[in-house]
Amino acid sequence: MSTLLQPLDVTAIRKDFPLLSRVLHGKPVVYLDSAVSGQMPLPVIERMSKYERDEHTNVHRGVSTLSQEATDFFEAAREKVRKFIGAGSIKEIVWTRGTTEAINLVAQTFGRMTVKAGDEILLSAMEHHANIVPWQMLAEEKGATLKVIPMNNAGELILDSLDELITDRTKLLGLIHVSNVLGTVNPVKQIIARAHARGVPVLVDGAQAVPHLRVDVRDLDADFYVFSGHKLSGPTGIGVLYGRLELLEAMPPWHGGGSMIRNVTWEKTTYLGAPAKFEAGTPAIAAAIGLGAAIDYLTELGLDRIAAYEHDLLAHATERLERIPGLRILGTAKEKASVISFVVEGIHPHDMGSLLDGDGVVVRAGHHCAQPVMTRFNVPATTRASFAYFNTRDEVDVLVSSIIKAIELFK
Amino acid sequence: MSDPRELYQQVILEHNKKPRNFGKLEACTHHAEGHNPLCGDELDLTLIIENGLVQDIKFTGSGCAIDVASASLMTGAVKGKPVAEAEAMAEQFRGMVRGELEPGTQTPLLGKLTLFSGVKDLPSRVKCAVLPWATLHAALKGEEEASTE
Repeated sequence: MSTLLQPLDVTAIRKDFPLLSRVLHGKPVVYLDSAVSGQMPLPVIERMSKYERDEHTNVHRGVSTLSQEATDFFEAAREKVRKFIGAGSIKEIVWTRGTTEAINLVAQTFGRMTVKAGDEILLSAMEHHANIVPWQMLAEEKGATLKVIPMNNAGELILDSLDELITDRTKLLGLIHVSNVLGTVNPVKQIIARAHARGVPVLVDGAQAVPHLRVDVRDLDADFYVFSGHKLSGPTGIGVLYGRLELLEAMPPWHGGGSMIRNVTWEKTTYLGAPAKFEAGTPAIAAAIGLGAAIDYLTELGLDRIAAYEHDLLAHATERLERIPGLRILGTAKEKASVISFVVEGIHPHDMGSLLDGDGVVVRAGHHCAQPVMTRFNVPATTRASFAYFNTRDEVDVLVSSIIKAIELFK
Repeated sequence: MSDPRELYQQVILEHNKKPRNFGKLEACTHHAEGHNPLCGDELDLTLIIENGLVQDIKFTGSGCAIDVASASLMTGAVKGKPVAEAEAMAEQFRGMVRGELEPGTQTPLLGKLTLFSGVKDLPSRVKCAVLPWATLHAALKGEEEASTE
């Protein structure tokens, strides 16, 4: 990271987020929940609104000027995604509804094609349910089993045994890039190299990674890389499946319908190539264009500047939270993104969540769709604060005093 | 939306800290387990019912303050009462916290349990307050499990 970077002008940035001026229960809202869903800046909202107002029609349909225009915007957004994650071709960028749908797509096409009875799917101990359940369903269907890469008490994967966990029966490794609960940044590149050495393809769940760090799928050598628009300052309802072209071409289609066919007769249908093969039906056009605008917005701010700024917030928050007696941070990995889960002795995370809410502080309390992580750390739930590039050190301080107030109340 | 902090009154905080009737009745006549999958609240309720009266009631489990205080106050409120009255209280309590009662409805059976009326403005917490009552209802009906799913 260059020290020559100009810091972000957060005061100016905050003006792009109208929600940040809201008042909750008489207090200015402090939005520390970007890991649940990022806020969309005005340029994104305006771009989507312009599409719906002035440009709305369908894509890949007919010869009308409007349809061509919409198709161009839609495909330009795909190109923005390609460039953003360093993919080689736009054919490798498949639109989905989100991370979850992208993983289900891979499980039900690539997975069904490759996993047989007795095979193994290897996952990490810190996966989100989205990267567990689709594989569990597939394993049940095929008579395959799931194996798990363990983690230590700091929330770092224990990779000593990785070469033993990968066997001749391993058909896929599913790996979260950044843990949504612990904030851990996993050494994805290293793990992929070790999996590839054994001929095992890797799917990376990048939902929490893309908002915080620069991702280059070719440098990582990922076979599949998936993420959601709404964690990336974009809208809900849109997500991305990156797949190596060779794999996408070998995979069968998923949903059948319009937009994915080459030719249909009563006897037989032939399909288009990737990505169209996986995009049956009318897509979320405004959302895709919105995601393109979000990528423009983040690129203009500078991903490295965002990462540096968020890292400072994380360090500040960690330092302040660690000083609160009775508070325990879950996830103390050396490499972390700006996500902090914590528990406080004697206060259930849901009570903490409600009390923080009373102070206008928006956090997530719950199991974060990662119940095996809760079990691993022997807690029913945690409270999680996540920091984005529009948050400030002052907001971190509001969180800290609100937690201290809650502790006082429960004394 | 009301201020969530208003819910955390002293009585609720105190019952959370020192729950009444906490434990397990080995010689119980009725028993049910309650789960709140959203929060991970777990409740184990045991009762001794004789001659149509709730002679004794105890609970164990873990959960948020709203859940624990609700269970503590519930066990105190129904102990010694006829089963039919306990059922009626459960009905009124659920109506109150779900905001399903007609405006102006009196809830004479609930007494200090009306402390929980504020929960109706916090939809995400309604299930926490209701779990003990749903578990009681299940136990009285002879069901082993209750869920607020």
